[in-house]
Amino acid sequence: MKDDLSIRKIQELFYELKVGDVMMKDVITVSSNMQMMELRAILRDNRISGTPVVDDGRLVGIISIEDFINWLAGGQQENRIAGKMNREVKTLYEDEPLVQAISIIEKFGYGRIPVINRRQKSLTGVITKGDIIEGLLKKMEVDYQEEEIHRYRASHFFEDIIADKTTLIFQYFMKGCDAMRNHDVDAVQNGGRVASRIRKTLRRLGIHPTVIRRTCIAIYEAEMNIILYAGAGEITVSIHKDEVNVKVKDSGPGIENIEEAMSPGFSTAPDWVRELGFGAGMGLINIRNCAQTFSIASEKGQGTVLNFGIPIGAA
Amino acid sequence: MKIDEIARVLKAEILTQIPVGETEVDLVCASDLMSDVLSFSKSRAVLVTSLTNIQTVRTAEMTEISVVCFVNGKKPGDDAVKLAEKNSIFLLLTGLSMYGACGRLFDAGLGDCYER
Repeated sequence: MKDDLSIRKIQELFYELKVGDVMMKDVITVSSNMQMMELRAILRDNRISGTPVVDDGRLVGIISIEDFINWLAGGQQENRIAGKMNREVKTLYEDEPLVQAISIIEKFGYGRIPVINRRQKSLTGVITKGDIIEGLLKKMEVDYQEEEIHRYRASHFFEDIIADKTTLIFQYFMKGCDAMRNHDVDAVQNGGRVASRIRKTLRRLGIHPTVIRRTCIAIYEAEMNIILYAGAGEITVSIHKDEVNVKVKDSGPGIENIEEAMSPGFSTAPDWVRELGFGAGMGLINIRNCAQTFSIASEKGQGTVLNFGIPIGAA
Repeated sequence: MKIDEIARVLKAEILTQIPVGETEVDLVCASDLMSDVLSFSKSRAVLVTSLTNIQTVRTAEMTEISVVCFVNGKKPGDDAVKLAEKNSIFLLLTGLSMYGACGRLFDAGLGDCYER
């Protein structure tokens, strides 16, 4: 599983990194009027095996050491670069992903590809296989260092704090919209934002994925309940050394009969909510199933308070 | 089963522009009720559904489902695709029905995520 992740990470880099990030910017160029004999010295002195041909700032071709050898073998006819260069040049834009450069290199077998600025159409660099590898390695090193710093912050958080008891508390305030009464489809569609933010926070803290999953499913259900039934609400997540505790408080109409609300399939949701995939009468039961401790208190007209805990050790 | 294999079995188009990588699934969760998905799904499952709103992607995010296939040729909105890409969730689109899609996945050897 770990290997899968790292392979995928590298593949993502192929898309994330742009040609402009890794290309060589100081490019040696020649003009098409130059003599072939001069080319030899330029290639040798700069230790390169080919170079773009540029006239008046515009890329007109590309010439390589292979073209030079062919010129020698062919009896040195036509002395100017213009007569020997390859005019059909494959180019890349600076903003294209690295994967594009790799696929062109693989497909055509070119050693180097000139890079063009998309707006000015001028040559801004050259990219080779070597540049790609170097760029990837640099990026991976930076990412690795960031990851290490990140991991340190997260997993050592509790151990670094000197106290008899440490609790981290995050609070999320929801302007409920009473979606069900107001027939607010958008609000229901937008549900899950709080759960999503909590999920990212818990991940950052290095909490076990299974614990995160259980916590976030339960919070997502609770969040949907606030959106559907209540005017407003707040979700408080407290992280203790051995447990994630969640308190969900809303100022909704309250639940008249809790036992009834806790029975599978019981729902007061209208059809339009069900068409959006919710209101099946499983929410509270699902929250209880995800949690180890669960309590609910509600009174008609007084809102509802939900409390549940998920053990951190029990992954 | 890998993403491109699933796409082939379901004659599905991959809607998300994220590298396919090594993600694998071996279970199927088929439902239009997100509450059920939240209750019963497992993370190594492909979610087969005809519910195309953004909640489907949110549900996948919370349940750590990494592949969702929409059936009946029902295409989700751009916002759903974008949210999926941000969370590395693959979205597939097939013209097959729910029954047809599940049948093919069953034949291909995928299990039922409702079995405990």
